[in-house]
Amino acid sequence: MIPAAFDYHAPTSLDEALSLLAAHGDEAKVLAGGQSLIPMMRFRLAEPGVLVDLNHIEGMAGVTEEDGHLWIGALTRHAEVERSDLVRKRYPLLHEAASVIADPIVRNRGTVAGSLVHADPAGDWGAVMLACGAELEVHGPDGQRMVPIDELFVTTFMTSLSPGDIVTGIKLPIAGKRSGGAYEKLERKVGDFATVAVAARLELDDDGVCSAAGIGLTAVGATNLRAQDAEKALIGKKPDEAAIDAASRAAAEAASPTADNRGSVEYKRDMVRVLSARALRRAAAHAGGEG
Amino acid sequence: MSATKAQDIGGLGHSVRRKEDARFVRGKGRYVDDVKLKGMCYLALVRSPYAHARLKGIDISAAMKVPGVLAVITGKDLEEAGLAWMPTLSHDQQMVLATGKVLFQGQEVAAVVAESRFAAADGAAAVRVDYEELPVVIDPHAALGKDAPVLREDRDEKSNHIFHWEAGDRDATDATFDASDVVVTQDMVYQRCHPAPLECCACVADWDTVNEKMTIYMTSQAPHAHRTLFALVAGLPEHKIRIISPDVGGGFGNKVPIYPGYVVSAVASLKLGRPVKWTEERSGNLQSTGFARDYHMHAELAASKDGKIRALRVKTLGDHGAFNAAAQPSKFPAGFYNICSGSYDLENAFVEVDGAYTNKAPGGIAYRCSFRVTEASYLIERTVDVLADELGMDPAELRKKNFIAPDKFPYVTPLGWTYDSGNYAGAMDRALEMVGYEDLLKEQEEKRGRGELMGIGISSFTEIVGAGPGKQCDIAGIEMFDSCEVRIHPTGKVLARIGVQTQGQGHETTFAQILAEELGIPVGDITVEHGDTDTAPYGLGTYASRSTPVAGAATAVAARKVRAKAQKIAAHLLEVDEADLEWKDYAFRVKGAPDKAKTMQDVAFAAYTNVPEGLEAGLEAVDYYDPPNMTYPFGTYICVVDIDKGTGDWKVRKFVAVDDCGTVINPMVVEGQIHGGLTEGFAISKMQLIDYDEGGNITGGNFMEYLIPTAVETPHYDTDKTVTPSPHHPIGAKGVGESPNVGSPAAFVNAVIDALSPYGVRHIDMPITSDKVWKALRDAGIQD
Ligand SMILES: Cc1cc2nc3c(=O)[nH]c(=O)nc-3n(C[C@H](O)[C@H](O)[C@H](O)COP(=O)(O)OP(=O)(O)OC[C@H]3O[C@@H](n4cnc5c(N)ncnc54)[C@H](O)[C@@H]3O)c2cc1C
Repeated sequence: MIPAAFDYHAPTSLDEALSLLAAHGDEAKVLAGGQSLIPMMRFRLAEPGVLVDLNHIEGMAGVTEEDGHLWIGALTRHAEVERSDLVRKRYPLLHEAASVIADPIVRNRGTVAGSLVHADPAGDWGAVMLACGAELEVHGPDGQRMVPIDELFVTTFMTSLSPGDIVTGIKLPIAGKRSGGAYEKLERKVGDFATVAVAARLELDDDGVCSAAGIGLTAVGATNLRAQDAEKALIGKKPDEAAIDAASRAAAEAASPTADNRGSVEYKRDMVRVLSARALRRAAAHAGGEG
Repeated sequence: MSATKAQDIGGLGHSVRRKEDARFVRGKGRYVDDVKLKGMCYLALVRSPYAHARLKGIDISAAMKVPGVLAVITGKDLEEAGLAWMPTLSHDQQMVLATGKVLFQGQEVAAVVAESRFAAADGAAAVRVDYEELPVVIDPHAALGKDAPVLREDRDEKSNHIFHWEAGDRDATDATFDASDVVVTQDMVYQRCHPAPLECCACVADWDTVNEKMTIYMTSQAPHAHRTLFALVAGLPEHKIRIISPDVGGGFGNKVPIYPGYVVSAVASLKLGRPVKWTEERSGNLQSTGFARDYHMHAELAASKDGKIRALRVKTLGDHGAFNAAAQPSKFPAGFYNICSGSYDLENAFVEVDGAYTNKAPGGIAYRCSFRVTEASYLIERTVDVLADELGMDPAELRKKNFIAPDKFPYVTPLGWTYDSGNYAGAMDRALEMVGYEDLLKEQEEKRGRGELMGIGISSFTEIVGAGPGKQCDIAGIEMFDSCEVRIHPTGKVLARIGVQTQGQGHETTFAQILAEELGIPVGDITVEHGDTDTAPYGLGTYASRSTPVAGAATAVAARKVRAKAQKIAAHLLEVDEADLEWKDYAFRVKGAPDKAKTMQDVAFAAYTNVPEGLEAGLEAVDYYDPPNMTYPFGTYICVVDIDKGTGDWKVRKFVAVDDCGTVINPMVVEGQIHGGLTEGFAISKMQLIDYDEGGNITGGNFMEYLIPTAVETPHYDTDKTVTPSPHHPIGAKGVGESPNVGSPAAFVNAVIDALSPYGVRHIDMPITSDKVWKALRDAGIQD
């Protein structure tokens, strides 16, 4: 498995990277952790003529709370999210998702932004970011802009970004006082891509009523999906068994899986229901202060 | 004899640390891909994207223009050299590089040789092949249908049927079935899976233009057999071929056949006069090299109402893929599948097997399996559980009631084998005790009351290993003896060479232990070599758990030959009559005066310095051992699982393995073998499948889809042993490497089915994935 020949650039600044991309157009690809791009190149499913490696640009990694939001730098590795104390304490959904992506070796290299731009519907970060209502900070030929996650995914392996764009970070709403989240991933073995996974995030008000909800789905459609009807089924209600059951069923309705080695359409749809219920129960418990 | 002395010697029964591990854990192993020769170039294969297509043309012009490309070899080139096809070990032939058409996805179509690995890959990508797609046959049942396209145009028979084979007495079996109270029937598929050794195949073919000698470093489980086959196929004189099998990173039967990559590399080296290296890629290994199983089985058991099993009837269809390249003794088209009467004392049995061609990769005999014993063991152990369910009987009790009793050995089975020794109830009782069977049954009853899913699965397997007696067993005509050559140096240090070839089993240690025991020389003073056909004695190689039963016996016998000569020298040194000496406590001792003694070291020095008159100098011997019978290891495995009702996922809570492989040489090595094999059995039962879609596209052709369990999901194993020596083996040992892979799939599956049995579930085919369990629950109206 040897890739086709390519040119390699290792810029040390964002501007340099952007101008390399501008110079090479469609020919060029950004390289982050390489955990999706390099396998594709080795199988010769991708044959970019030019690689622009972002790894030598300072200041593109890190997880911090600032200005009322959570900031994840584009080059932040899965492992860095997994190990962050801040994330573990306040963003259990992110912590749980980070720790079930692939295996430790891939987690040490692969980046959150790379995963989102790769736009694999079986990727875990897409569902998490949909559940969180994240925004991507993007630098392109025309300067900087924010792209809401709901507008990112077009279809499998395709986003609304242009070849000249570089994602510089991801912005998430800061965790509220009573917020909770959970990631439920069903896999055939550890390190496997999900058969089905569900990301759930809940915000409760002082009465324990759900004020905000986010449910993202993995591996049950052409992209990661947001189960909006399921979210609606929870908002304004206490997350009791009846509400969770209704939301889980709505989430299953939102899924449009295809059959493969991991299971049938019916199985995967039902797993959305089963995993949604499990994730929501844990998210609710966590938001209620029990987590 | 003091205990410390036995410890120093490190003979039988000692957990001597593996000699080979020092280099493996320090990264000093030398595998084929580590071989780098001056002027070496690299070979890459072009593989077919289609499962069945006519070759309309191959355009190599663009490939030849890639910088660094030296040559492109196609089937046409080989045809001119008479090498486009090569014989298989199962009376068939196989394409080396495709001519006329391709018959499976991933088949070798052309080879590109270049100055670097990278140039070779670019060259391979630049070869343009014009294919015309043909109808694809994937289902072996459909392959035998009237309308199926005939896949193999090279054969005289115009059908996809390869062979029909039977064993046992059909009429007597039918009569017993007719006269029995209860009959159960179960269809089951032992799915196509793949041994997936850590190291894929590789070779460096080095044609010495001056001496006209071909040296091939290759990942081979059977270097001598491969040398002979190269001589026969390529027409090179056998003394001008040297096969070196250096460290091999796992074989599991996958490295028994000769593959096109090896042959083309040799051709390329002949053509270019330079060493040529071919290193297979993982996907190539999974897609084109020896797969395992793919047996479609129909089993029936006849029994009395009170649970006496009377007869077994089996009909099976084997999917052999595009060529019948099953690597097995030539007289056994279905291997030793007729071991399928298992551990049970039956009145009658009959088994018939047909083989079919399909548009899939060839193979069939691999994955830690002595020639279909795995399929056989799974069949009987699964079907006995089906019978237990039918009778409403405890599966442990049903088994015990039908075991061949210890006093019936040697026992001749209705399917023609003569079991050497066994005590099946002994192993089972120990396993039941270890697992706490009675308590588990109580717990299960309580859980069932609460609607929870817990299952207990038992497998009491009997294996057949150690091929084999020359009269029965041969590979391409060569009888399946094996060999050992022992040489003691003047200072009492030993060099031994064996005809078998380790791929991780630890031969360098265990064979040294056999010699240590027989010669009274510390295991650290003994070097065991193998894998170089220029130095090692001829042998058939390591697979089918044959090393200890056959070459291990040769080693003991060779040592005893040395000892017989040594006794003459010892008598000379002690100035007594040879008959007055006995070999006791690792020395020659004067009978009645045990302190008057000579050790093997004393004798060795004398063998070179002070030989008695009439005796030649030196101290060495060779033995080629033809085993009088196979050996029949056995054991009982018990598995306990819990099932997640929501997802259908199942987890192993407990696994007990009691093995009986006769005399144990190195308990630690044996335990290691058991752990590895159980993990493979677990993987087969839960997650491994080489599957094809209707178009013949392989869907399990890489490690994203063909799953290898990690330490996280691998169960914990509790192991123990009973010891029932083989009466015909010089040290009483039987093979053990394959027992866990052979015996365990049925234990895992039986446990899952047991958990589901309250809902009327009797069988689910492997791999038992979560979605299959979920579906079974759904069909029974269960939803979490
Ligand atoms: C064995 C294995 C198992 C895996 N299992 C899982 C799993 O279970 N779950 C899961 O979610 N993922 C899994 N992955 C994928 C892994 O998470 C990847 O790391 C991730 O999908 C891509 O991130 P990366 O940084 O490696 O991106 P790269 O591979 O470097 O790039 C991926 C794509 O994104 C583009 N890109 C990268 N960064 C940027 C940026 N800042 N701006 C613009 N474009 C950019 C690249 O040009 C490329 O098109 C697995 C990968 C492997 C090899």
